[in-house]
Amino acid sequence: MKKFLVAFVVLFFVAALMGQVFERSKTLYVGGGLWSPPSNWNPFTPWNAVTGTIGLVYETLFLYDPLNDKFEPWLAESGSWIKPNVFQLKLRKGLRWQDGKPLTIDDVVFTFEIAKKYTSISYSPIWNWLEKIEKVDDNTLNFVFSDPRYQEWGQQLISIAIVPKHIWEKKTEDEVLQGANEKPVGSGPYYVESWTDDRNVYRKNPDWWGIKALGLDPKPERVVILRVLSNNVAVGMLMKGELDWSNFFLPGVPVLKKGYGLHTWYENPPYMLPANTAGIYINVNKYPLSIPEFRRAMAFAINTQKIVERAFENMVTVSNPAGILPLPGFMKYYPKEVVDKFGFKYDPETAKKMLDELGFKDVDRDGFREDPKGNKFKLTIECPYGWTDWMVSIQSIAEDLRAVGINVEAKFPDYSKYADDLYGGKFDIILNNFQTGVSSTIWSYFNGVFYPDAVEAEYAYAGNFGRYNNAEVRALMDELNRSRDDAKIRQAVAKLTEILLKDLPFIPLWYNGAWFQASEQVWTNWPSEKNPYTWPIAWGGHWQLGGVKVLFNIKAK
Amino acid sequence: MRKYLTKKAIIYLITFFFAVTIDWVIPRFMPGNPIHFLISRFATLPESVKVIQSYFTQAFGLDKPLHEQYLNFWRALLKGDFGISIYLYPQPVAKVIARSLPYTLIVLLPAALLSFAVGNRLGAFVARKRKLDNFALPIFYTLTAAPYFWFGILLAWLLGVVFRLFPIAGAYSFAMTPSFSWRFVVNFLYHWVLPFSSLFLVMLGGWAIGMRNMIIYELEANYSRYLESLGASQSLIRRYAYRNAILPQVTGLAIQLGTVVAGSLTTEIVFSYPGIGYILMQGILNQDYFLIQGCFLFIILGVLIANFLIDIFYVIIDPRIRKSYTGEV
Repeated sequence: MKKFLVAFVVLFFVAALMGQVFERSKTLYVGGGLWSPPSNWNPFTPWNAVTGTIGLVYETLFLYDPLNDKFEPWLAESGSWIKPNVFQLKLRKGLRWQDGKPLTIDDVVFTFEIAKKYTSISYSPIWNWLEKIEKVDDNTLNFVFSDPRYQEWGQQLISIAIVPKHIWEKKTEDEVLQGANEKPVGSGPYYVESWTDDRNVYRKNPDWWGIKALGLDPKPERVVILRVLSNNVAVGMLMKGELDWSNFFLPGVPVLKKGYGLHTWYENPPYMLPANTAGIYINVNKYPLSIPEFRRAMAFAINTQKIVERAFENMVTVSNPAGILPLPGFMKYYPKEVVDKFGFKYDPETAKKMLDELGFKDVDRDGFREDPKGNKFKLTIECPYGWTDWMVSIQSIAEDLRAVGINVEAKFPDYSKYADDLYGGKFDIILNNFQTGVSSTIWSYFNGVFYPDAVEAEYAYAGNFGRYNNAEVRALMDELNRSRDDAKIRQAVAKLTEILLKDLPFIPLWYNGAWFQASEQVWTNWPSEKNPYTWPIAWGGHWQLGGVKVLFNIKAK
Repeated sequence: MRKYLTKKAIIYLITFFFAVTIDWVIPRFMPGNPIHFLISRFATLPESVKVIQSYFTQAFGLDKPLHEQYLNFWRALLKGDFGISIYLYPQPVAKVIARSLPYTLIVLLPAALLSFAVGNRLGAFVARKRKLDNFALPIFYTLTAAPYFWFGILLAWLLGVVFRLFPIAGAYSFAMTPSFSWRFVVNFLYHWVLPFSSLFLVMLGGWAIGMRNMIIYELEANYSRYLESLGASQSLIRRYAYRNAILPQVTGLAIQLGTVVAGSLTTEIVFSYPGIGYILMQGILNQDYFLIQGCFLFIILGVLIANFLIDIFYVIIDPRIRKSYTGEV
């Protein structure tokens, strides 16, 4: 009995020791990119995987730096178009998987070809325009295209994660797409150490190829991605120094910054970089929203500056009328002359005049206009319940529209209903920003606005939620996708912008921020306007935009 | 005995069939489509989204006509396949439930059993003791009339927010990882107190009142009076009364089980306690048909099985039932 007791006590203490606490000065706590308990580390379903699955564990051939509009070779050593339809890629030497096996050109070929075999892999449509991949030598590949889509290809290069052939080649299609991949083996600077419902712990890969090849050293021993469920908790954790790197939308940053020395990108408003264009999609099939001039009148009636101040405390900025993100890769194509000619600004008097001219007048003196036939109409504008900044915003928009006599009411359905309305085109006016985010190509923005295939689809996920239909747009989009000459791109962008501003199926309003607040209690040298070494966001898909480089540059205090 | 059990079993099977059917129908009445959640915010190339949409619609069988989906659901169910969660894609629902179940059980079981035991004793104790009764009865009534979640909110507000004695959310502190260490166990128990108390106290009130009334009734019964006239001690009489009074309480336990489980679900939501109720709530918010189905199914099964066990137990503790079915009476 005594022996048993001793054994038990010993066991208990050993177990107690195993409940380890991470050394704070070597651990980086990150929040804002994980919203459900970790359940998936599959690089083939990255939108569903824990943030960092691609970027920290798996890597892409290139990174894209939106601050300088530059593709940076990552797993690739270099890449260029050697012929109009041939992209030549050189792979770095000495790359290694986390299980010690070398990462070779065969893995790259496999990553692409598995999508030819399994046509349900998200990037498999690439094979509609990619003809073949030729091996030139042990480090060089030629991608031969039947229909080179330069813009889309650039985006693929920073999105497709190279996977190890020796692990994935044995899997069936369902295993590839429905596997959780709980022990991911990638090539990146971190691997998955453990996870629980509220966190995912990445551990430094000491054998990472980049330490030698790039001279980059991942500073934190562990990167802990936290799932924080409310903004209040996130604020508290930042203040206490329990959260280092926050990509939450936190209200009250101006106050917090003054009181607690919170680090942000800009020292002054708007504090944040722009991450995407928020605006309203309008159902162009619903009368009277189907009248382009009516939509233009709406654009003149909305006071976005009021939203910026009221809902966002100046943490965002009013967008240009075209909604083109103020980042170098997008702004180099900004068609100023077109915007000057066809743009809009807040001017309720003009809006009223336009509505009068259309014949929308308030005949029965109830404060709202009737249509030219004298019929009353009522419209709704919606955003998900609980998205407080957006709720304030659409209330403000409804208020502005009512001020010029358009009867609009704000509605706040649950997110699932909102999503169904959005993707199914079952709304009058809807606030959204899902498809207008930062990317390597301005083509993606216009796709978010105009996505031509949305017209026919029962549910459309890729943009153009108001189902705007215009054959010219489709041709221009195709042309833009297949251009790599700046002059040609500028031309297509100018034409698309003109159509957007004339017809306004989407009214751009403000630039939603790349929310970034950091605590300097444990880690310092965060990127900022004065030290703009990289894009400071740890959301899924943003590691490849430079988020990963934060880890090489921060310093332990 | 056999007749009794077969009869009960048939009733339970029919109940199971209808409950499961309703369970399948309800999530599908919600507006929207679970695929949205899977691809929502998937800001990537439009062609990719199309591919993914059609793959997942097929993979989840949502492209089939409804009656076929219903049959497939039964087919999978009989194989023990609950499907794959969408909220926690691609974890199997069974695994998600298995992971949250301990949290539910660790609150629900002690609360249900302890409240039954303590409540009955307490009720029996106060019965026929005028002063104590006058004082205790209003308290019991208040407790039993309170909805579980409301009482939970009240406790969270009073002990968590006003007096700051207990944490109000989660199963353990945010700064900890589950492990078998003193610190963790203490922390876990600390978070367990409020959800447990809100269930325990509400149930306690109900049992105590029931028992008090039954005891008063039994003490008036002829056998009690006869015992009394024979000169038996008060404690002996009360012991006999208690044995008789407990029978309706056990029936009550069976009837109460459904509400108790529902109560524990809402309590979990109040305290963000990661059990079945909490995960069910997440499933509903994220339109996760399979997770919603799985959770409800689990609850249905749990309640039916528990009821069945109580039925059997009843036969054991009440010879009259057993004998009425075997024809001895």
